[in-house]
Amino acid sequence: MSPTESAITLTVNGARRTVRVSPSTTLLEMVRTRLELTGSKECCAEGECGACTMILDGEPVNSCLVLAVETDGSEVTTIEGIGGAGMTPLQESFLTAGAIQCGFCIPGMVVAATALLERIPRPTESEVREGLSGNLCRCGGYSRISAAVMAVAGGNAAT
Amino acid sequence: MTGAGLGLSTPRVGGTDRVTGAQRFAADIAIEDVLHIALVHLDCGHAAIEEIHTSAATGIEGVVRVFTAEDFPNPVPRFGPRFADRPVIATGETKYHGEPLAAVVAVSKEAAADGAAAVRVEYKELPGVYSIDDALDPDSPLVMDPGLRTGDDPLADSNVRQRWDWGWGDVDSTEAELVIDEIYTFPMVTHFSIEPHTFAAAPEGGGVTVWSSIQHPYFLQGTLASLLDLPISKVRVHAPDPGGGFGGKGFPKYEPLVAMIALELGRPVRLVLTLEETFQAVRRTNARLQLRTGFARDGRLVFIDAIEDFMMGAYADIAPRVISKSSYFAAGPYKVESVRAVVRGLMSHTTPSTAFRGFGAPQMTWAIESQMDAAARALTIDPVEIRLLNLAGPGEEIVPGDRPADGDWRQALNIAAERVGWGEPLLPGHGRGISVGLKASATAGASYCILRILHDGSVSLIAGTSDMGQGARTILSQLVSENLGVPMERVTLVMGDTAVVPFDYSTSASRSTVFMGSAVVDACQKAIAELRGKTAVQHKVSVEDVVFTPGQISIDGAVYTLPEVLNDVFGAVPGEIIVTGSQRGEGDANHPLGGPASFYEVSCTASEVWVDFETGDFELVKHITVADVGKAINPQHVEMQDEGAAVMGLGHTLMEHLILDEHGRIVNLGALDYRIPTFKDMPATMESVLVENGDGPGPGGAKGSGEGGLLATSPAIAAALSQATGVVIKDLPLTPERVWEAMHGGDEGHEQ
Ligand code: FES
Ligand code: FES
Repeated sequence: MSPTESAITLTVNGARRTVRVSPSTTLLEMVRTRLELTGSKECCAEGECGACTMILDGEPVNSCLVLAVETDGSEVTTIEGIGGAGMTPLQESFLTAGAIQCGFCIPGMVVAATALLERIPRPTESEVREGLSGNLCRCGGYSRISAAVMAVAGGNAAT
Repeated sequence: MTGAGLGLSTPRVGGTDRVTGAQRFAADIAIEDVLHIALVHLDCGHAAIEEIHTSAATGIEGVVRVFTAEDFPNPVPRFGPRFADRPVIATGETKYHGEPLAAVVAVSKEAAADGAAAVRVEYKELPGVYSIDDALDPDSPLVMDPGLRTGDDPLADSNVRQRWDWGWGDVDSTEAELVIDEIYTFPMVTHFSIEPHTFAAAPEGGGVTVWSSIQHPYFLQGTLASLLDLPISKVRVHAPDPGGGFGGKGFPKYEPLVAMIALELGRPVRLVLTLEETFQAVRRTNARLQLRTGFARDGRLVFIDAIEDFMMGAYADIAPRVISKSSYFAAGPYKVESVRAVVRGLMSHTTPSTAFRGFGAPQMTWAIESQMDAAARALTIDPVEIRLLNLAGPGEEIVPGDRPADGDWRQALNIAAERVGWGEPLLPGHGRGISVGLKASATAGASYCILRILHDGSVSLIAGTSDMGQGARTILSQLVSENLGVPMERVTLVMGDTAVVPFDYSTSASRSTVFMGSAVVDACQKAIAELRGKTAVQHKVSVEDVVFTPGQISIDGAVYTLPEVLNDVFGAVPGEIIVTGSQRGEGDANHPLGGPASFYEVSCTASEVWVDFETGDFELVKHITVADVGKAINPQHVEMQDEGAAVMGLGHTLMEHLILDEHGRIVNLGALDYRIPTFKDMPATMESVLVENGDGPGPGGAKGSGEGGLLATSPAIAAALSQATGVVIKDLPLTPERVWEAMHGGDEGHEQ
């Protein structure tokens, strides 16, 4: 351990983890390299694309902008923590709606949409578009992604 | 899940891993003991490198070594898909903003980045060629060392890398009632795959193993083998499914650098570009198209007289092909009596341009279709009518002597018109536009695959296509499932490893469904023949008596499932059926493009806009794309691709352009300042319609698809704007400022 590193303890996907991080390590980098959870992606590294979206203490964040040391004592959910062993109805909905092309943006989209549905269980389509507008998809799957979210909004999946 | 008949929208193969985060992209693959590379570049476009001071960097804890041109053979090896003009690392000078001149290798990403920041470069900024006008100015510096040109190149003393003269008929003696003479420009735009380009390499087995987010792993394998003087078999390329490619990940970029560093250090190394570095690594060829187009009174297109300049960048990459292939189809999908096109591919001190979805056709389409609309207005002919009049009908030629029209393009146009509500009354501030785009597909090329029917009747298909979002795994699995009658979930695709997967020319030109798809069908047929032959021997009947229908074999009324047959023919010692499939396009050495296109990808776009006259801002009310695909193996996948292409087209039409300053620097470098479409930019209604007449060369009559949706975006939207506002804009993107200025009497906005 280099002298500048410090140990933090946080809950990631329900499990308590203690990790040593340097002051400049981002939450994204820590999760990807130290915890070896590579589902969260890095693209812009400046908070503009949403590929790295995680849920931090109940709020969606761009984890590339969060310093790992700031997450001491926090609760973090990454894409790996969504759906546990199976898939959530939202994830199933992405599949059936044809919302997945290359898939690189998709973990961030799923996490952001999960957080959105927790905040607004019955969103309008424009609330979905607004709520996910920080997530870029260069494959251009936007209309299918919002359809996938709308299909499960407010428990629509059951009907 | 079973049933994968052609035309069924089975869910994405690999979708589950993508939606759960389990999918491993190039940067997610763990490589033991890997070192990290950070690149050093200068803050200007063109500069002479005087001295590189690396001691401060090597002094940083964790930095292993700093590589500069001096660490490579002299002269520094060069490579490129058309000409070997790109050095592995900048030597003597940098030719574009972002060209790497040093590579810092360290034990962590952080140390590598710190090391890169500590490298001090003494350099002298030199005058640069940063625009088409600069490139054509005889007083500008030469971008390319004339000594690198081969033969006696009359263009060696200019920045014209290559010139093409296309044409037929006699333009000067062709009579026209109306001549439209205008200049159109198409901006520099960047691919912006959400997955940044990622490369890694490690020495292995007397050769090298490379990981890359590349689309064409075999091309990379060949490039590395020749640069490193290794047998092809000693170069192994792992090409995990790319996180978006769009052409930008087609040809090698920094893999040779990374491979040479790994071999020199004897250790694995990895380089993940920042998004900013990807902007500096790849872009679309910007263009200025001067078209003089002649029309008869009835709207018939009679001649095109064009001067077309494309700015390729510092190294040629594949741009000469982009330019020649698109400009060769001088009139797009239309019949025209005579053509004279002077086309120049220009060198500049900018990021090398490369393949980008549409491969030059969006640039050409922007000009041609804008001219069709100008003629329609001048002759007061309906824009749909003038197009119907000029479109080549099935079997009619668009370039004399070349492959004729292979689809009913008028049908596609009529559908687009109908879906957008063409001719229906418009609300105030609204306008509609419609356009057609044509892109020629692959000419030559080959695809091979290996198909194994394992002894339980499940299938392993080993095929070298890259699944970068288009869903190749799904389509190829469906073809196996359909032909052999094996359920989708019992078919596994093996891709992305040149050590085990046979050669595939490229994943580009929308060629995979046609080329690899045909190879897979070929393999299936061979497997069936082998199964029948073996069964005949086993049952002591003649082969003709063994009847194969998908999933089963029957002999004289007795029916056996595939697992039963395999069990039967191999007995107690398990075995498997192993066959290869192939599809080759040999091309034609005498053809200007190396062969006629194997099919045309034609797409129509119709758009309705609403313009806010106060601000110049406008909204897309309706956006329709119609793709002539021959046969959609998986309609949902085709629609996804087509919609995605349309959204990408909205990018270069509405907002995207890389801006250079006078030092050749990209000003809007990064996601903050370079905007691409988001959820908020989506049209209120967007539809993708497929025309399926089974008239393509692929399985089931399929043609390639997935690029078409962006070919005609710009002219359709621009025409809609013109109808709403009365102004005509000839430069992209159609930003609100540009629209506002045009409406308020700026430079643009008036037809001659
Ligand atoms: S990588 Fe975090 S927002 Fe882009
Ligand atoms: S699916 Fe490719 S970036 Fe969204």
